Amino acid sequence: MRSIFNKVLLDIAKKDKRIYMVLADIGYGEIEPFRDAFPERFFNCGVAEQNMTGVACGIAMEGNIAITYSIANFPTLRCLEQIRNDVCYHNANVKIIIIGGGLAYGPLGISHQATEDIAILRALPNMVVFCPCDFAEAEAGVQAMIKYNGPFYYRCGYKKEPAVHKGKINFKLGRAIQAGEGSDATIIFCGTIGNQVMPAVEKLAGDGIKCRVLSMHTVKPIDNEAIIKAARETGAIITVEEHQVNGGLGSAVAEVLCDAGVSPERFKRFALPDEYICKVGTHEWLLDQYDLSTRKLAPAIKKIMT
Amino acid sequence: MKKTEKWIKECHTLARKSRRLCLQMTHRGKSGHVGSMLSMAEIMAVLYKRILRVSPQQPRWPGRDRFILSKGHGGGCVYAVLSELGFFPKKWLMGYYRDCGKLMGHISHHVPGVEFSTGSLGHGLPVALGMALAARRTGKKHRIFCLMSDGDCDEGSTWEAILMAGQHKLDNLIGMVDYNRVQALGFVKDVIELEPFAAKLRACGWAVKEVNGHDVRALDSVLQKVPFEKGKPSWLICRTTKGKGVSFMENTVACHYGAVNDQQLKQALEELGEK
Repeated sequence: MRSIFNKVLLDIAKKDKRIYMVLADIGYGEIEPFRDAFPERFFNCGVAEQNMTGVACGIAMEGNIAITYSIANFPTLRCLEQIRNDVCYHNANVKIIIIGGGLAYGPLGISHQATEDIAILRALPNMVVFCPCDFAEAEAGVQAMIKYNGPFYYRCGYKKEPAVHKGKINFKLGRAIQAGEGSDATIIFCGTIGNQVMPAVEKLAGDGIKCRVLSMHTVKPIDNEAIIKAARETGAIITVEEHQVNGGLGSAVAEVLCDAGVSPERFKRFALPDEYICKVGTHEWLLDQYDLSTRKLAPAIKKIMT
Repeated sequence: MKKTEKWIKECHTLARKSRRLCLQMTHRGKSGHVGSMLSMAEIMAVLYKRILRVSPQQPRWPGRDRFILSKGHGGGCVYAVLSELGFFPKKWLMGYYRDCGKLMGHISHHVPGVEFSTGSLGHGLPVALGMALAARRTGKKHRIFCLMSDGDCDEGSTWEAILMAGQHKLDNLIGMVDYNRVQALGFVKDVIELEPFAAKLRACGWAVKEVNGHDVRALDSVLQKVPFEKGKPSWLICRTTKGKGVSFMENTVACHYGAVNDQQLKQALEELGEK
């Protein structure tokens, strides 16, 4: 997905001279085409994320679009105050890209696992929080991100994630995409965990449980309408996210339902536990350990529904 | 009166007025940081009277010089100067730090003439650096000034920007320090000594000068020379006295936070002299 991101960004930057990349010495093997094509719009700040974010803000304040880009928590938590005070407070046109949300960098350990980012960034006024699940959403998301004037958080996948959506998608920022139809329950996910969700949905269908599936690529502003409609029409809401259970997608969905006074018969959040991930293993293995793999999700959802 | 004498007098008057206003504002608002405001009064007066290309009628004029106050707690002094120059009505000042006022305790870009909001230290220079990079790339001629405090120079983010500005040889960027040698909990020499300050900056690729930050003629003379060297960012260490102009505040740690009471205000205004 990161390759798709960089390719689409490069294409847009050919036409839009306002686009700058501001890095902190991360992006090897991906950012070189941008650097070589637009050296005058490419700044490597060295390993200095606070400065990277401040510089990006200064560039954006001059009428440009500044992209910061790094691994997991480096361009977010390391420089959170710069994002809050400089970027968001000034509504600066800065786009913050992370590569590898959740447990994507698995065995590298917790420093490289972005597991609280959605909760923290969606708490910031003016910030859009975007988590594409596959290449189609990733590509459409880059276009939408550049069109959107203001701070934007883009949680990019790290690998060759398979397609979640079949065929062309009807993409609109802030609008969930329906990835499956059913009336027994609605499963709402965000990001690349969709790859675990979709096969689980198929398994459930085989067991006679038909689920509506919503890819909530934009966690902020969230699609209130789709959530409320799903709760009313299917009676069960299940959220799945590769993120801490506190404050992420599941929390955001629960807030929408509570605020609207809509109470589904069943509600369940599948997410990472409120603890640091100290088990060692690949992305897929860790997802399974923390009950977010297809193998674990399907029976767990079935149990809730029966 | 000679032309030279006239501008010097104007700067002195503006600095004195700003000090008086800062004392009145912080007294009325029962707020702190007045010592930090008093130490920067001449720097502000010379910048706004003599150096910065800005327009009170068009605060967002694209060709303006950018001025970022990184020591956002000293914002009261910027507000005082901006109001004197006509960027916004003077009556706003008396609502400083008060219910329904327009001026918050740390400098805010919601106020006409203020380029950027700060308050947490270490934020100004990276943003100024970004503005300088963008200006150079698009061939714009405006300069970017950033005024910092001693405490600002404890922040890692400031040093990250210092390193990068030197690397990029940005001679449209001017870093200035209101170097009063006092920070929130003590004297700089006892907390984190910055000396040899100039040498550190020179080692990072900056052209550095030092000046008495209360001498308007010296400030003007040195700031007229920016960039100090072609192909290098300029760094000006303005040696100042915290709480300058008020005897019981000068060079004290207490004047960083403390607000003045009625008696102290009266004495301070008497010491500062005519309106």
